[in-house]
Amino acid sequence: MSDNSLRLVWIYPDLLSTYGDQGNALVVERRARQRGLDVQRVDVRSDQQIPTSGDIYLIGGGEDRPQRLASERLIRDGGLSRAVSNGAIVFSVCAGYQILGHEFINDLGERQQGLGLLDVVSTRGEGERCVGDVLADIDPQLGLPPLTGFENHQGVTHLGKTARPFAKVRFGKGNGVGDGFEGAYNDTVFGTYMHGPVMARNPHIADLLIKLALDVNALPPVEDRWYEALRQERIAAATQPA
Amino acid sequence: MAGNTEPLSPRAKLAVTAGKAAAAVSRAAGRGSGSVIGGRVALKLDPDLLARLARHLDVILVSATNGKTTTTRLIAEALRASGPVVSNALGANMPAGITSALAGGSDARYGVIEVDEKYLAGVARDVTPKAIALLNLSRDQLDRAAETRMLAEHWREGLAGSKALIVANADDPLIVWAASSSANVVWVAAGQEWKDDAWSCPSCGGVMQRPGDDWFCGECGFRRPMPSWALSGDHVLDPHGSAWPIKLQLPGRANKANATTSAAVAAAFGVPPQVALERMFSVQAVAGRYDVVSFMERELRLLLAKNPAGWLETFSLIDPPPTPVIMSVNARGADGTDTSWLWDVDYTRLAGHPIFVLGDRKLDLAVRLEVAGLDFQVCDSLDEAVGMAPPGRIEVIANYTAFQDLRRRVGN
Repeated sequence: MSDNSLRLVWIYPDLLSTYGDQGNALVVERRARQRGLDVQRVDVRSDQQIPTSGDIYLIGGGEDRPQRLASERLIRDGGLSRAVSNGAIVFSVCAGYQILGHEFINDLGERQQGLGLLDVVSTRGEGERCVGDVLADIDPQLGLPPLTGFENHQGVTHLGKTARPFAKVRFGKGNGVGDGFEGAYNDTVFGTYMHGPVMARNPHIADLLIKLALDVNALPPVEDRWYEALRQERIAAATQPA
Repeated sequence: MAGNTEPLSPRAKLAVTAGKAAAAVSRAAGRGSGSVIGGRVALKLDPDLLARLARHLDVILVSATNGKTTTTRLIAEALRASGPVVSNALGANMPAGITSALAGGSDARYGVIEVDEKYLAGVARDVTPKAIALLNLSRDQLDRAAETRMLAEHWREGLAGSKALIVANADDPLIVWAASSSANVVWVAAGQEWKDDAWSCPSCGGVMQRPGDDWFCGECGFRRPMPSWALSGDHVLDPHGSAWPIKLQLPGRANKANATTSAAVAAAFGVPPQVALERMFSVQAVAGRYDVVSFMERELRLLLAKNPAGWLETFSLIDPPPTPVIMSVNARGADGTDTSWLWDVDYTRLAGHPIFVLGDRKLDLAVRLEVAGLDFQVCDSLDEAVGMAPPGRIEVIANYTAFQDLRRRVGN
């Protein structure tokens, strides 16, 4: 955070924006502006350099080949890793979440190296894709209300020692390991399988990222009426059998 | 069945008869036109029936993410200048519905067939088409459909070696990738407003460069082919450089693009552009789409938009503010159960319109519009929304099952 302007970087929309991922950037931007912040949003295409001076970085979901290309280009670029070592906040979804880990299975069926910014390793599940509404309880340390999202993936993500589970599912699959965990995080880097997009259904996560970036404990309240109505509807939907 | 029945085997005839009987039962039971159940019964009795029925026709296939039903209608109208046409005009576009449509044909010369994207390669193999029109490919129902790029790859493999004339949109890199495995392609500059599924080169994965209307991959050289037909404003440019005015009752740029592709297809069967385009004028509403209906003393124009590319084209054809806009969104099986695509649509283009939202997933849309900074009203029913709008024209935009719900409510 520099001179009252929040720098929001959306990484590789040309490759990783298959599931309405722009929504997360729009919600963070909107809620920061509603708090009187000046927001500079930078969308970085995969043939451009990742700026290292961002406050919050967002990475979305994508198809298998674009995921491989994105991981290769992010490693070659190096900017995101430098930004994280400077304390930047990163929030990643699905394919982006896998890329932030140590490795994942690419479109060629091979193990591919990720950025290693989160202590997780992803493989591909053998069974059916996980598709549908999810309800989960977010790690109490983060002080957030329940997580609602839509999952659509075949990944299985194992957490290492330095990654904490982001949430524990009540309904849905999450990380797909069978232990009920969903997503992972450390001090500043977050990963989840939740689409929706997830911030639209969980605006408190957007607020959490803004608070971490500003290094404050609270933000002025904003009108949450429609978010709340949507949350109640989707939570009810997740708890009812299809 | 005069033209078709005579050369059919006894088994095929039986299959056609059984299919028609099943369809009649389905209609009598009030379950729609019965075309799908009829086709299913017929295909079960004679799995080769589709190929047999098609053998006596010049078949033209039409596939795309958006615009295939309308384009099928436009091509059918154009080709009627040259001979009788059988077509699945109601949009039943999987093998059973296609079989049923062909079986119901008379002494047709042409079969103009809309095909669901997932079935194109298989149907193209079965019916040995003379021509295939490919309009566009973009994200649609990602919770259950194949990835968009994989679909293009699947088409490419399925169409390699096809003897059909491929009439394909040069402005959509995924379509060009799908079509360019074929020997015989007519490229049409039909345009494509939506670009967000083709930033990555389908050939090598490089980043696509898009200066103006052109596109190319900076890494492998895959690039926009030189079109021989083009949509230019309100005109079709033919390969000789002549400009033919497009006159349609259907609104919007996308339908002008559909007319351009249809003119190119018709020309391949000897129907000149002028004749083809004049005939296309007769097409009004297509399965209720673009229909204007009177309801509660207002004029509702019914617009179907199923995915981000479709919404984008729809926003470009609606009347300017202060015309009210009603939007209805569902997420049932036929719509796709994931609503995340709402965030790929640029709703800020509706600024200035009074906006009313309804449908099963009106709350998803409400949050989307809230974040876009728009004013809107959430309504429980069409009647409530229409009642809040002043008399006059209202644009009503809905996705698939929401559109069916609206048609039922207004008695269309």
